[in-house]
Amino acid sequence: MKYAYYPGCAAKGATPELHQATLKVVERLGIEIVEIDNFNCCGAGVITEADPDLAYLLNAKTLAAAEALGLDIMTVCGTCQGTLGGINKVLQTDETLRNRINVSLKEATGLAYNGTVAVKHLQWILVQDYGLDTLKRAVVLPLNKLAIAPFYGCYILRPASAVRFDNWENPQSLEKLIKALGAEPVLYDGRTKCCGFPVFLEKEEIALGMVGSRVAEAKGQGANAMVTPCPLCHMSLDIYQERSGEKIEIAPGQDRKMNMPILHLPQLLGLALGFTAKELGMKHHFVSTASIDDRLEGK
Amino acid sequence: MRTQITVQRFNPDRTPEHFVSNYSIECDRGTTLLSALLHIKNQIDGTLTFRASCRAAICGSCLMQVNGVQKLACRVSLHEELETRGRLEIGPMANMLVIKDMVVELASFWKKIKAITPYVVADEGAASGAPTRQRAQQAAPLQNIHEELHNADGCIMCAACLSACATFEVSPGFLGPAALAKAYRFVVDPRDKVRQDRLMMLQEDHGIWDCVRCNFCVSVCPKEVAPMEQIVRLRRLSIAAGLNESVEAAHITQFTKVVGEEGRLNETRLPVLMLWGHWRKLFRMIPLAIKMFLRGKAPFPFKRPKGYKQVQAIFKSRTDRNR
Repeated sequence: MKYAYYPGCAAKGATPELHQATLKVVERLGIEIVEIDNFNCCGAGVITEADPDLAYLLNAKTLAAAEALGLDIMTVCGTCQGTLGGINKVLQTDETLRNRINVSLKEATGLAYNGTVAVKHLQWILVQDYGLDTLKRAVVLPLNKLAIAPFYGCYILRPASAVRFDNWENPQSLEKLIKALGAEPVLYDGRTKCCGFPVFLEKEEIALGMVGSRVAEAKGQGANAMVTPCPLCHMSLDIYQERSGEKIEIAPGQDRKMNMPILHLPQLLGLALGFTAKELGMKHHFVSTASIDDRLEGK
Repeated sequence: MRTQITVQRFNPDRTPEHFVSNYSIECDRGTTLLSALLHIKNQIDGTLTFRASCRAAICGSCLMQVNGVQKLACRVSLHEELETRGRLEIGPMANMLVIKDMVVELASFWKKIKAITPYVVADEGAASGAPTRQRAQQAAPLQNIHEELHNADGCIMCAACLSACATFEVSPGFLGPAALAKAYRFVVDPRDKVRQDRLMMLQEDHGIWDCVRCNFCVSVCPKEVAPMEQIVRLRRLSIAAGLNESVEAAHITQFTKVVGEEGRLNETRLPVLMLWGHWRKLFRMIPLAIKMFLRGKAPFPFKRPKGYKQVQAIFKSRTDRNR
């Protein structure tokens, strides 16, 4: 089992703990990865807003690099998955477009993409390729003291035309993984909604409203922590959580501080595989994850 | 086969509390939710209230929540819904004021549509409301409009997109997907003479920049209008029309610039470039920036990774072409 690893900008920038935890987890599980040399940004849907052809070219270059390695791509970012995976689907199905993009791509880089690569998030690889039973056997510390709220984020689910893995109306892959690790998945409406990240710098009120309502809802349903397959959702829910407390409705006397640990999917996997919080880079988080350790140690 | 439908009810004449009714009905492969609801109203419970008319996904009246998702009742096959979700829970569309059962207050939806001037303004004088005569030569530029519209004119105004909109949920003033898709439809109409005014109006709060690109509207739309994609087109057209001074427009232009220079996004450099000139906003970011730096979450702002010649060549090919 071998993949071309596409970490995405966030895992090599503002969420280094994601890259760190991913390396630990795939090695322990025996999933072989080769990082794509000098990988470039997928554009996160933003470059598409500036120039759709530019976004096609940047992602075609990534896909061509994986094709040259003869490997499918593994992503660890929901936004990269949506963008790179979505563009892959378009390039695979629209031959006219692929040929046109290949002409420019060849001119600029000498590369061309023939449409033979699959783009899969680690979340999907574990459910589909690796298998939940194999994963269960690898668990050394069942997380049965934890209630975990899955937070999918937008781009790993929608638009449905680009994503065929989970049914966006009622996705189940995170729930399956949470159960396989021994924890209990928490059901709440916000699990498929937006984290607000794309507008944080320009429309803070809107974004804080979204963070506050997602975290408060998960907490209200009894979650001990939230887990997400997208580092941008992680940044929103973790970095802005304290400030989003201004936006939530609370009962008199209740604390606005929600103290909800937010985990990257590989970190949750890592805990069940026996890695420590330190090994999984949790010191980088804004919201302390100490309460998870306490629970797991039965304190 | 017999199945049960659970309906979220509300009838302020009877009780101020929301309540639940369960109905047991017979359904076969062809039964739609709307035909089931009509059967319930006619045969079981005449108090059940919902809007419906055409039964064929044309009028847009019967929008409701089906297992938590905004759908036209006339397009829902009970059999398929049971197969994929295993249950049938029906309620009024989300984020709207409920009048009775599935009937919600839609005045705020229509107000948003009206706010974008939902008609062609053929000459500036006509904006006053006086009707103008359609002339034969005006039809000529319309020959290719179909491609330009990208189906934005396919909207049946069922309000599914607004109800499902992540921004509308937290910011009720947001113009919303349907109105913005309609705005796009008029912005690209060659007969319209107030395009720049339209684009300028859409830059304001509650306009195109409040969209978080969550794709909910694209997913629930029964007519493939893809409102979010029309919003993205409006953003692109705004920047092309010189409306590029805002922090929102800078998000797109500076993001692209950083990736063009460095191959990847630099999360420390982007906010500085975006907020440059907007000093109060930039100043307010400093405590967060320090905290991120201390947590090892702020990449060095002046990093220039090597090995990005190919990316730079791709960018150069696009700039040359656009020039």
